[in-house]
Amino acid sequence: MTNQSPILAVADLSVDLGGRSILRDVSFDLYPGQLCALIGENGAGKTTLLRTLLGLITQRAGTVLIGGAPAREHRELVGYVPQKINFDPDLPLRTRDLVRLGLDGQRLGLPFFNGRTRYAVDQALQAVGAEDFADQRVGELSGGQQQRAVIAHALVRKPRLLILDEPLANLDFGSANALVDLLGRLIVQQKMTVLVTAHDMNPLIPVMDRLVYLVDGRAATGTVAEVVQAEVLSKLYGYPVSILHHGGRILVLPDAPENADVANMNRCAGHGV
Amino acid sequence: MFSSFMINTWIAGTAIALVAALVGYFVVIRHSAFAAHALPLGAFPGAAAANLLGVNPFVGLLVFVGMGVLLLRQLARIGRRDVGTGLLLVLFLGVGALFLSMTSEYAPEVFSLLFGEMLGVSDADLWPILGICALVSVVMITIFRPLLLDSSFPDLAALQGISAARMDLIFLSLLALVTASALPVVGAFLVFTLLVGPPAAAQSLSIHPLRSLLLAVIFAESSIWSAIALSYWTNWPIGFFVGMLGAGLFTLARSYRHWSQRQRPAVQVSSL
Repeated sequence: MTNQSPILAVADLSVDLGGRSILRDVSFDLYPGQLCALIGENGAGKTTLLRTLLGLITQRAGTVLIGGAPAREHRELVGYVPQKINFDPDLPLRTRDLVRLGLDGQRLGLPFFNGRTRYAVDQALQAVGAEDFADQRVGELSGGQQQRAVIAHALVRKPRLLILDEPLANLDFGSANALVDLLGRLIVQQKMTVLVTAHDMNPLIPVMDRLVYLVDGRAATGTVAEVVQAEVLSKLYGYPVSILHHGGRILVLPDAPENADVANMNRCAGHGV
Repeated sequence: MFSSFMINTWIAGTAIALVAALVGYFVVIRHSAFAAHALPLGAFPGAAAANLLGVNPFVGLLVFVGMGVLLLRQLARIGRRDVGTGLLLVLFLGVGALFLSMTSEYAPEVFSLLFGEMLGVSDADLWPILGICALVSVVMITIFRPLLLDSSFPDLAALQGISAARMDLIFLSLLALVTASALPVVGAFLVFTLLVGPPAAAQSLSIHPLRSLLLAVIFAESSIWSAIALSYWTNWPIGFFVGMLGAGLFTLARSYRHWSQRQRPAVQVSSL
């Protein structure tokens, strides 16, 4: 793997927004066929990091290289699936029309289908398992189906890096598992690189091999085994944390303060908690 | 009904219905019905000011509707576009009332520009209308794809290099031009019905982007032709028929969609 060049190379990235420092010295590389989870709580800087990778925000320092070039120059290598997906139910657009607009929506003219576009759209629909609702109005699909439609929209241009923002939020367990399976197939069968943000890493454990763990704008990065260590995460959080493994799941918990715990318990009990 | 003095009305009406359907298709998708209602009201101060100064009402309209487009663009930047659009609407009416109060002798002419006039199309009027309609049609078909993506999902469009601000400016400018073309026959106030009624009905009936566009054009043409014919036979104002047909078409299509949705199970259980 190391003899290949990385699809995404982030080095010493620092980003300020409105005079506030949002990201500090974030570095990581992603290679073909890797799935990386970007984990962090609300406000940790996940969205800012994604928007910087997409070339929508300019960094204060550091570099982002996609396919060896600055992010803005290789837009066609990146597919993006936003978190908020909510199509108007009356939109005169079938799933296959939405996917087709991913292929060449920026070009001029009417969106007629020809042999080439029909083939590319069918491939993308098949890749996400959306054939069943390909000819339905996209605004009338369920949330999970709309998400698949947007993933197909992102895949149809054959990107090498697929970025998904909180794809597991708002999905029921069955849909979340199906999505994780789909992402697993993309990295194995198509050698795609996938970057997924989430506030909980557990649903992604079966498929992820890299981790970017963001706390307050700083990141611990590496393989899952490298990052999920009490020592590494305690340093990142700035206070001691423990890591619990249970049934293949990982839980990161702050250690109870040694001296204060009795007082805290009393206070909690006093409030009837 | 097809005598020589009516020919210009038929030609102009056909052209207006075509561009109203093309631009109205996006008015409906972009939820811009309120802007499509407010913007043509710029015709009122425009026509009144033109009367006052003795210039062509087209010029007055383009100046005021053009200012309206720029104002709406600014409002999009500072937020609460709906409130701003409403205020712009009343501002147009107020300024128009002021200009009209300064000149009472031409008031009927202003009235016909706002509410339409069957026999108001002279040969000299026809060419600018056809020119504007040709321009709007060509631009509309050219930018159809990026505008459709931007109107459906602006975030995805932005990532494909489509500028939402640029799309908004082009869209509002086309809307202003349609208003201008509609002045003589349908009238500035009533073009709104053609802009939203037929496209909304078409989009309720067809899920296919191009077929619903074609259906919108067919609905708009049928509406305007029926309205001209009915107005000719009854001597009632054309605006009455345009308004009735637009509302009727919309109601029928929405009822059908509502009914057909209830025929299907509301919740579909599938793997995803």
